[in-house]
Amino acid sequence: MTATPVLVLLDHAPDGTLRPPVRELLTLARTLAGDAGVHGVWAGSEDPAAALDVLAAQGVSTVHRLVTDADLHLSAVLADGLETVAAATGAELLLLVSSFENKEAAARLAVRTGAGVVTDADGLAVEDGRVIAHKTVLAGTWTTRCKVVAPRAVVTVKANSVVAEDAPAGASPQVVDLPVEVRATSTRVRLVERTELAASGRPDLGSAHVVVVGGRGTEGDFSAVEELADVLGGAVGATRVATDEGWIGHDAQIGQTGVTIAPRLYVGAGVSGAVHHRGGMQASGTIVAVNADPDAPIFEIADFGIVGDLFTVLPQASAELRRLQG
Amino acid sequence: MRIVVCVKFVPDIQSDRQLGPDGRVVRDGGDGTLNELDENAVEAALVLAEEHDGEVVVLTVGPDDAVDAVRKGLQMGADEAVHVLDDAVAGSDAIGTATVLAAAVRRIGAEAPVDLVVTGMAGLDGLTSLLPTALAEQLDLPALPLASALTVDADARTVTVSRRLDHATETLTADIPALVSVTDGINEPRYPNFKGIMAARKKPVTTLSLAELGVDPATVGAAGARTRVLEAAPRPPREDRVLLTDTGDAGTRLAAWLVERKLV
Ligand SMILES: Cc1cc2nc3c(=O)[nH]c(=O)nc-3n(C[C@H](O)[C@H](O)[C@H](O)COP(=O)(O)OP(=O)(O)OC[C@H]3O[C@@H](n4cnc5c(N)ncnc54)[C@H](O)[C@@H]3O)c2cc1C
Repeated sequence: MTATPVLVLLDHAPDGTLRPPVRELLTLARTLAGDAGVHGVWAGSEDPAAALDVLAAQGVSTVHRLVTDADLHLSAVLADGLETVAAATGAELLLLVSSFENKEAAARLAVRTGAGVVTDADGLAVEDGRVIAHKTVLAGTWTTRCKVVAPRAVVTVKANSVVAEDAPAGASPQVVDLPVEVRATSTRVRLVERTELAASGRPDLGSAHVVVVGGRGTEGDFSAVEELADVLGGAVGATRVATDEGWIGHDAQIGQTGVTIAPRLYVGAGVSGAVHHRGGMQASGTIVAVNADPDAPIFEIADFGIVGDLFTVLPQASAELRRLQG
Repeated sequence: MRIVVCVKFVPDIQSDRQLGPDGRVVRDGGDGTLNELDENAVEAALVLAEEHDGEVVVLTVGPDDAVDAVRKGLQMGADEAVHVLDDAVAGSDAIGTATVLAAAVRRIGAEAPVDLVVTGMAGLDGLTSLLPTALAEQLDLPALPLASALTVDADARTVTVSRRLDHATETLTADIPALVSVTDGINEPRYPNFKGIMAARKKPVTTLSLAELGVDPATVGAAGARTRVLEAAPRPPREDRVLLTDTGDAGTRLAAWLVERKLV
């Protein structure tokens, strides 16, 4: 248990609603926080009103809203803000959703405050006042337990690592404005343009519980992949080949240089399972593969592998699931 | 324009990578190579140097074998190489490595000013992506990470990058000197040709110790690491696996299996 509040960065969409993994992080933070409780950090000019119900149900007592004229999308400015909250609350543990942006701020904070950083954790505990993180490494082939030796810890947590649950007793979160002292050097990078990606209407790839992935085997026809994703209420992902071919947006690329996912269910169709791709999905709970080639490496890690043509197997599975679901 | 490219020597991802009892990546066994993603960084630097009449210094921190990583950079066309070699560096976390690299970049900059530091987006061993920003923070340079496109305006002395994040695309710009990390989508790294391989043999590789860099060994390596791996184990194999060849009903069977496993 920590003696000071556990801080959670409240990633949110432009409409002010929380990104789904934040609920998981709040649930996790509660298990680590003692009486000092869980505090949220709101970075951005959006109104937190739309997030308050979730925060209340999660038992969050305080939300620190970072107030500055500088753009909090700049990692150095965000780090200034996080440093300010840590100083104001005395917090020694900060949790962030694993994303490239958050890792940038985490790196800065570690350099500035002497904190130990763990990225892509999938479980956390506090033992003798020190944070112990669990994480999967080397393309999902090894599991590790890692101790933060420093008294302060910054941990980025992978989506789907924890099952989100509401707190036994809710709270009425207090929103406190916290003016951020922005360092002169933090605004040397100028954000010329930022375009939010349009929401697809499907769950967010990085945090979806189910992801159906299409590879080169789709030959550009993603309809069977999309249909199965929709029946399963999942997101659609792709291999790099599929994004490079322009069959689907680059933001759908799963792998070590794309999005890292660990959904409950991964379905790969026409995906060979190259090591670069496996690095981003091998930690998935259950792996299903449909591939015409019995020697495809993805079968080595599949829980359910079908040697077959995705254009017949996927539609049949979708139809059957629809029938079973009535 | 003088560009320093930071590169890492890592176990080949096609090999059977292991963690040792100390929780560190096993780095012997002869499977080491220049981190694939750093080839993109070298390529980006070479292209800029060609455009702006510049020179490229490749820099690595690592054990004896790590010199192979900078050699590959020289073969691709970099002008000189620096290898920080010191037993005390072993066991560094990303922040410790950034400390050593920062000292080395300062040292390279003392000879002649450095305009740009370029790194790959991540090391394929640890994949933390922490290093580029931690290095920029230590060098007090503006950071423009994850560039999928990169331009330098030599007259205005600015650098501009485009990058893709989970929920947005961004264009960032800053005055140089600055630090940029690049993705594997930014370019197609060149293969060293025979001429490059021959020329590389004559190019200088400077070896530096922590003492020569003025870095206190207690602040880096295992001694200075703020995180320590307590345990590492191969992930247990998946159980109850089903493998079948479609004979006309595989989709139906998959649906039934998903329902039975409560995955829908
Ligand atoms: C530095 C670097 C980074 C990379 N990063 C990533 C990354 O992050 N993510 C990523 O995905 N890749 C990445 N790659 C690329 C990666 O190495 C592979 O090339 C890629 O993952 C292969 O994609 P694929 O499985 O779609 O294509 P392929 O490997 O060509 O496989 C296609 C498969 O489809 C099967 N198939 C064909 N037709 C059918 C059909 N009708 N029904 C069923 N199956 C069929 C084939 O048997 C084959 O197995 C990276 C590469 C490099 C060099």
